[in-house]
Amino acid sequence: MYSYIVRRLAVAIPTILILIVLSFFLMYLAPGGPFNSERPIPPEVMANIEAKYGLDQPMWKQMLDYVTGVVFRFDFGPSFQYTDRTVNEVIAQGFPVTLTYGLWSALFAVVVGVALGVAAAIKHNTAVDYTAVGISIGAQALPNFVMAPILLLIFTLGLGWLPGGGWNGGQWNYVIMPVIALSTSYMASIARITRSSMLEVLNSNFIRTAKAKGLPMRRVILRHALKPTLLPVISYLGPAVVGMITGSVVVDIAFSTGGIGQFFVNSAFNRDYSVIMGITILVGVLTITFNLLVDILYAWIDPKIRY
Amino acid sequence: MSMQTDTAPAQMGEIQGRSLWADARTRFFRNKAAVAGLIVLILVSLFAIFGGYFAKFEPDYVDFSLMGAQAYRGVPSIETGHYFGVDIDGRDLYARTVQGTRISLLVGIVGAMVAVIVGTLYGALAGYVGGRTDGIMMRTVDILMSIPFMFVLILMLVIFGRSIFMLFLGIGLISWLSMARIARGQTLSIKNKEFVEAAVAIGVPRMTIILRHIVPNLLGIVIVYATLLVPEMIIFESFISYLGLGIQEPNTSLGALINGGTEQMNNGTLWMLFFPLFFFLITLFAFFFVGDGLRDALDPKDR
Repeated sequence: MYSYIVRRLAVAIPTILILIVLSFFLMYLAPGGPFNSERPIPPEVMANIEAKYGLDQPMWKQMLDYVTGVVFRFDFGPSFQYTDRTVNEVIAQGFPVTLTYGLWSALFAVVVGVALGVAAAIKHNTAVDYTAVGISIGAQALPNFVMAPILLLIFTLGLGWLPGGGWNGGQWNYVIMPVIALSTSYMASIARITRSSMLEVLNSNFIRTAKAKGLPMRRVILRHALKPTLLPVISYLGPAVVGMITGSVVVDIAFSTGGIGQFFVNSAFNRDYSVIMGITILVGVLTITFNLLVDILYAWIDPKIRY
Repeated sequence: MSMQTDTAPAQMGEIQGRSLWADARTRFFRNKAAVAGLIVLILVSLFAIFGGYFAKFEPDYVDFSLMGAQAYRGVPSIETGHYFGVDIDGRDLYARTVQGTRISLLVGIVGAMVAVIVGTLYGALAGYVGGRTDGIMMRTVDILMSIPFMFVLILMLVIFGRSIFMLFLGIGLISWLSMARIARGQTLSIKNKEFVEAAVAIGVPRMTIILRHIVPNLLGIVIVYATLLVPEMIIFESFISYLGLGIQEPNTSLGALINGGTEQMNNGTLWMLFFPLFFFLITLFAFFFVGDGLRDALDPKDR
C-alpha cells in the first residue's frame, strides 16, 4: 500500500512541476507583453515597469523565480492588470465561492445519482427504472452551459422564485441554481454507472446467498450490495470533479457568482497572464491531488487492485 | 468474443456465413432509438450542408433597421424571410444557425478523427510493444489526462490568439487520450491470439502486424467510442465558445449562439436562445443514441 502511494506521488509531483513550467513557457512565448499598449510608452518607463515585474531578467532566472515562488511560497506574483492586487488576493477572493458551490455540487451529484441508480436497479424494468434511465439520458445531453440558461428561464424569468445571479455571501437561494447547473450531467452519469454496476452485483452469488439466508432486501442492499456497487462510481469521481471544476467557469459567468472562473475569463480577455497562469496551476494541482486521492481510495477499498 | 474470427474475410463455403459487420448491422437496425438518432443525424447534417441555400440573407449581413427592434420586428416569420428571427445585431438567425451547426459538427468530427488516427495507433503501439515502452507511453497519457485541459487551452487561446486553427489544435491535443487507453486495452487482449502468432512466426515486421492485424480488429470498438467522442468534442468547443473565447465573429458555433441567446433572455427575444439550443440538443441526443446503439451492436463486452 505505502509503496503504491509513493509510486503515485512520484508521478503526481513531476506532473505538477511540468504544468507550472509549461504554463510559464506559454506565457514567456506570448507575442507582445502585457504592458504593450496603443500609446507607446517611453523606454525609460518601460524599463522601470519591466524591472518591477522582473521581466528584464534572463529567461531562466525568471522561470526559476516563478517556479520557486509558486512551489515554496505559494506566491503567484502580482497581477499584470490590477496593479494593486496580487494573484494570491484574486484567488483568495474567488476560491471560497467556487469551493462552496463545488462541494455542494459534488455532494448533490453523488447522493442523488447513487440513489437514482440504486432505485432503478432494484426496480429493474419497472416504471421507476424507465424514469430514472430517462432522466439520466436526458440530463447527459445537458451540459452546464445549457442548464444555466434553462434554469434561469424557468426559475428566474418564468416563476421568479430564485435570484438570477450574484452570491450574497452564499445564501441558499443564490447557491441552488449554480449547484444544479453544475451537477446535473454528472449526477446523470453517476446514476447510469450505479445502475449498471448494481445490476451486475445483484446477479452475483454472494447476493443470492444473502437473500437465501433470509436477510430482508433492505439489508442485502445496504450491507452487501452497496459497497461493490460504488467501486466504479469512485473511479468516475476523478473525471467528474475535474469536469465540475472546469464547469465552474461557466457557472461563474452565467450566474455572476464571483468565483475564480469569473476572474479567469476576465483575465483571459484582458491578457492578464499572471492571473490566468495562477488559476491554471491552482486548478491543476487540485485535479492532480484529487485524482491521487481517488486512486488511493480505490486501491484501499478494492482488494483486487494490485499495488 | 467473435471479434477475431469474424473480421477475417467471411467464409464463403456452402453455408453463407454472417460477418461481424452484417451481424452488427442487424443488431443496430433492431434498436429503434439508435435508428431514430441516425435519421436525426442525417437530417441535421443535411441542414448544416444545404440549409444555407434556403436562407434569404447572408449570415454576416447586418440589417440596421432591425437593430434594437428585434423584439417586435425581428420575430421569426416566413414572410420576412427571417425564419428563425434575427439576432442582437440584426443578422438572420436562420443563416447563423446553419453556420453554427456546420462549425459545431465540423469540430466534433475533426476532433473524433484525430482521436481515431492518433489514439488508435498510439494505443495499439503501446499495447503491442508492451514492457517499458508501454509503461512510459501510458504514463504520459495518464499525466496528460490529469491536466485540466480546458484551462490550458484557454491559456493557449489567449496567448497565441483566438483562431479556429488553435481551437482545432487544442481539441486535437486532448481528444486522443481516452481513445489511446481503449485501443491499448483491446490490443492487449488481441495480441496473444493465434493469428498474430502466425504472423510473427512467418516473420512479418512489427509495424505491419500492428497496421494489418491489430488495428483492423480494433475498428469495432474504435468506431463506437469515436461516435461517443463527437458529442463530447461538440460540448467542449461550445463550452469555450459560450465563454466567448472560442470561434470568433463573424464565424459562429452553436455554443456561441447559445451564449448570445442567453444574454438576450431578459429582452423577450427567446428565439435567439431556442433555435440554437434546439439544434444543439437534438445533435447531442442523436449522437448519444447512435453511439449507444453501435456499442450494443459492436462491443463484444456487452453481448
